[in-house]
Amino acid sequence: MTNPDVDVAALAKLARLDVSDDEISKLKQEIPHILEFVATLQKASAGSDGGETSLRNVMRADENPHESGKYTKVLLEAAPARDGNRVLVKQVVSRKK
Amino acid sequence: MDLTKLTIASARKALDAKEYSALDLTKAYIDQISQKDAALHAYLEVWEKSAKDEAKRADARIAAGEALSLTGIPLAIKDNILIEGRAASSASKILENYRAPYDATVIERMKQEDAVFLGRTNMDEFAMGSSTENSAYGPTRNPIDTARIPGGSSGGSAAAVAAHMALAALGSDTGGSIRQPAAHTGLVGLKPTYGAVSRYGLMAMGSSLDQIGPLTKTVDDSKLLFEAIRGYDASDSTSLKESAKDFKKPRVIGVPRAFLESGVDADLLTVFEKTLGALREKGYEIRDIDMPTLPYGLAVYYVVMPAEASTNLARFDGIRYGLSEPAPTIGEVYAKTRGKGFGPEVRRRILVGTFVLSAGYADAYYRKARAVRAGITREFADAFQSVDAIAVPTTPAPAFKFGEKTSDPLAMYAEDIFSVPVNLAGVPAISVPCGHVARESSQLPIGFQIIAEHGREETLFAIGKDVEAA
Repeated sequence: MTNPDVDVAALAKLARLDVSDDEISKLKQEIPHILEFVATLQKASAGSDGGETSLRNVMRADENPHESGKYTKVLLEAAPARDGNRVLVKQVVSRKK
Repeated sequence: MDLTKLTIASARKALDAKEYSALDLTKAYIDQISQKDAALHAYLEVWEKSAKDEAKRADARIAAGEALSLTGIPLAIKDNILIEGRAASSASKILENYRAPYDATVIERMKQEDAVFLGRTNMDEFAMGSSTENSAYGPTRNPIDTARIPGGSSGGSAAAVAAHMALAALGSDTGGSIRQPAAHTGLVGLKPTYGAVSRYGLMAMGSSLDQIGPLTKTVDDSKLLFEAIRGYDASDSTSLKESAKDFKKPRVIGVPRAFLESGVDADLLTVFEKTLGALREKGYEIRDIDMPTLPYGLAVYYVVMPAEASTNLARFDGIRYGLSEPAPTIGEVYAKTRGKGFGPEVRRRILVGTFVLSAGYADAYYRKARAVRAGITREFADAFQSVDAIAVPTTPAPAFKFGEKTSDPLAMYAEDIFSVPVNLAGVPAISVPCGHVARESSQLPIGFQIIAEHGREETLFAIGKDVEAA
């Protein structure tokens, strides 16, 4: 297959990742190079039947796996910002247009 | 006690015979670390005080006659395995101040035996690399030749054991990260059957590929440590209830000849062939086998792994734990935190992973890779119909020099060509030292890799011991 144009800046945005302009220009060379290499697997005849290894769902009962509050303190201590017993998160939905 | 000759097995005997105490043993290792680690940088943190306390507890247990296989054995732990209350950073800036809120299952098992934890070892950031050059805290040096890399990503664990700064160590292997550093430092490295050892408390890179395993000086020690950490764990959804198959003495070893033409150093191949010859003399039949899909393993791996890694690393967002960069909106908090906290190789893999999963490309890359992966798995299953094990070199070349491959990601990735198919198929494999090749003034060790069917680690240990004796 032909090598696609890679919009590194758009990818970085999708991945929620700040990447400097210098690094973007470097990655514009490197990533197509990597993709060109991995595209060699198009030539593999194995798997052309689309067969995949069997997958199974692993479920657990919808109940508390441990007593409530057991890890609250230690998990809150790990949070960068907290408000009482809550992890503080910036507003996600804004009214501003 | 001579630390250069000590193994878990021989230390066990000496401890139980009261030739020296666990505290003496731990102090001897702490002493080695303080003498050598400034030059090697195998450890990110050494836990001198708690290690001595753990050794005292072990001594009490030994005195009571209740010692288990790891009681009082000083071990090093890779920095992506959680120990409650201790720092665990995966050698990343994004987790510089993170402390583990719970024990990984493997750690819990070792604590039950009163093992001693000497410290956490350096690695490529989030286990992404083959040299430890991707650590955010500087590389580890190979004790055999300090101008060279110790391999990666479990390079710190390998250097710690090879330089006698730990009796054994735990690493993790996603595409060769235990076997390759073991090969480059003259150790035995085991990647267990996928699901044999719990991944609970191991920071995930490629969840369908990752396994924790031992780096040790001998095959016997590898078996000992594997047996201590293996077993079903309800906290890991891919843990196997019964992974081990009944042992049958291995007799036929297959060699995928065409695969060896993928670019191996000539003198390394000579050492490999010599080892095959020695095994033949011991009564094994060495048989050429055809596995035409194996050469695609590397391409499959560099699609599947970044896809899984980019998904796994989405959790590092500056909200619940780790680094958090202040910014006006939540989207900017994510992007700034991740941009600052992740190193260049991690960023590169997140972007490649994002690409191969993106709409319009997922079919051509990710789904195709999964299909070829299934083909590789089938090819292993077919091969094991007629052979008991498969042998290939662990790496295509001996340990390289610092900086040799940092500017070309593909050259670095090629280091994994013989190790990644094993992770893709979920089968177990071991790397055992089988000789040396000369590079400049150094004699560099070579790893002989043995691969077996799911659940047949015993086959690896049996052949491994014959390689060791060859």
